[in-house]
Amino acid sequence: MADTTHEKPSETRSGALLSVRDLGKTYAVGSGEVEAIRSISFDVRAGELVCIVGPSGCGKTTLLKCLSGLLAPTAGSVALDGQTVLAPPKKMAVVFQEYGRSLYPWLSVQDNVGLPLKARGVPRGERDDTVRAALEEVGLGHALTAFPWQLSGGMQQRVAIARAIAYEPEVLVMDEPFAAVDAQTRADLEDLVRRVWQDLGVTVLFVTHDIDESVYLGERVLVLSSSPTVVQEDLSVDLPAERDQISTRALPQFTELRTHVHEQIQRAKRGDRAGLPA
Amino acid sequence: MTSVAAAAAGRRQRVLGVVGILGFLLTWELVALSGTVSRTYLPTASTTLLRLGRELTTPGFWAILADTVITWSAGLAIAVVAAVALGTVVGLVPFLERATHSSVEFLRPIPSVAIIPLAVLVAGLSREAALMVVVYAPFWQVFVQVLHGVADVDPVARDTARSYGLGRLHRLRHLVLPTALPYVITGVRLAASIALVLTITAELVIGNPGLGRQIELYRSAPDAPGLYALVLVTGGLGILVNLAARAAERRLLHWHPSVRREAAL
Repeated sequence: MADTTHEKPSETRSGALLSVRDLGKTYAVGSGEVEAIRSISFDVRAGELVCIVGPSGCGKTTLLKCLSGLLAPTAGSVALDGQTVLAPPKKMAVVFQEYGRSLYPWLSVQDNVGLPLKARGVPRGERDDTVRAALEEVGLGHALTAFPWQLSGGMQQRVAIARAIAYEPEVLVMDEPFAAVDAQTRADLEDLVRRVWQDLGVTVLFVTHDIDESVYLGERVLVLSSSPTVVQEDLSVDLPAERDQISTRALPQFTELRTHVHEQIQRAKRGDRAGLPA
Repeated sequence: MTSVAAAAAGRRQRVLGVVGILGFLLTWELVALSGTVSRTYLPTASTTLLRLGRELTTPGFWAILADTVITWSAGLAIAVVAAVALGTVVGLVPFLERATHSSVEFLRPIPSVAIIPLAVLVAGLSREAALMVVVYAPFWQVFVQVLHGVADVDPVARDTARSYGLGRLHRLRHLVLPTALPYVITGVRLAASIALVLTITAELVIGNPGLGRQIELYRSAPDAPGLYALVLVTGGLGILVNLAARAAERRLLHWHPSVRREAAL
């Protein structure tokens, strides 16, 4: 069931859309250094939905910032479509955990979603259509003129997802997007992500600290070790494509997978690095 | 329910305000009538109000008021535009910020009134001299606020702008300036009151046309009721300036946590 390869091929696999090679990040802190990420390598093929899960403080956010071109790695590289990522790529959209800070309170919902298109020079009429379609996709077709702060947390995160959809990316990167919403809303948003992934055929990279969420959402789960971080396990999730909050979570495979990931995380927390790249 | 209670509280506040003003005028009237202070220096409230009413019907008064309002608003506008433009540039370029920091800290506390002789030396006894005085302190007030505002851009909001490919101009227009706006408005509200004080001061000292010069003329006449009436006008002007600034604040910052009303959809 679990494909537990630790070593990844060093060359880009054919069909890889996103390719991370020996990525490392060391922060200079005062006169010393803190190694947040030691060496991470993995590939994501076009159209995959990959979850990245790891113990808290393992550098998930650092990894994501390096992937999305917001932070320069100190070692290794990230390539999107064969091009090394040095700045935020046009083909990538990011959904941040802190929706309240990522959405601009002075802009209405439609202006928030439309701003990246405006910056890209998309003409008004076309922009309005794209924005409306994106908001309808996330079930917020009625909230165009509202302001983000008038909406609940879950709805705000939907707006952020709509903004990402409207940007028409090839890769959608999500950084613990549902960490700050309640359980019920979270379940709805998870299903929304699966639906968007299926509807749009976009590649999704979903970072989370929630083991159940990673297994429920992903077609593949990358388990990170504790800091200094490496990929501890690359696990493919053989659950049916159509997932359901109740029946899928009740499947024996689901339980097995989550138990397996759980054990890996526990191992990571203990700092058991046997068999991992040094 | 809450809004009804709030409205009632608001009404009570207004009633209390009116009672307070009437109490003040009554005390003034009684003190003046008692003769403790010579009538030459302290006319009664009623005389002053009658005189104020008469002033309000003369075209000359309105011309004088217009002079003051023009000097005030022109000075404030110059200060705000210059402060926002320079503050944004300096605030966004760390090198400029460091290079100008000590000069700003030195220039800022110089009282505007202290530069009156300098202004007169440069521009003579003119409205231009008055403008220099009116611009000086409000400029620094707003400038420092702009520096703080520009530096307050949220890191997540900035990362969002970068990852969604917003260029420099779009970031300035849609992220930096809106972030700085609450700071700018606070600065402008304070600067508006300071500019009014300085406008009247400049008119008193430099003698450019306006309420300040007229107050000085009534003093030398001597015309105590006229003097008191115009002092009341300057107070009223101050209140209007503050009300206008508050209204602008509510309008421009309708989205800001200090102003907005949460409304579930």
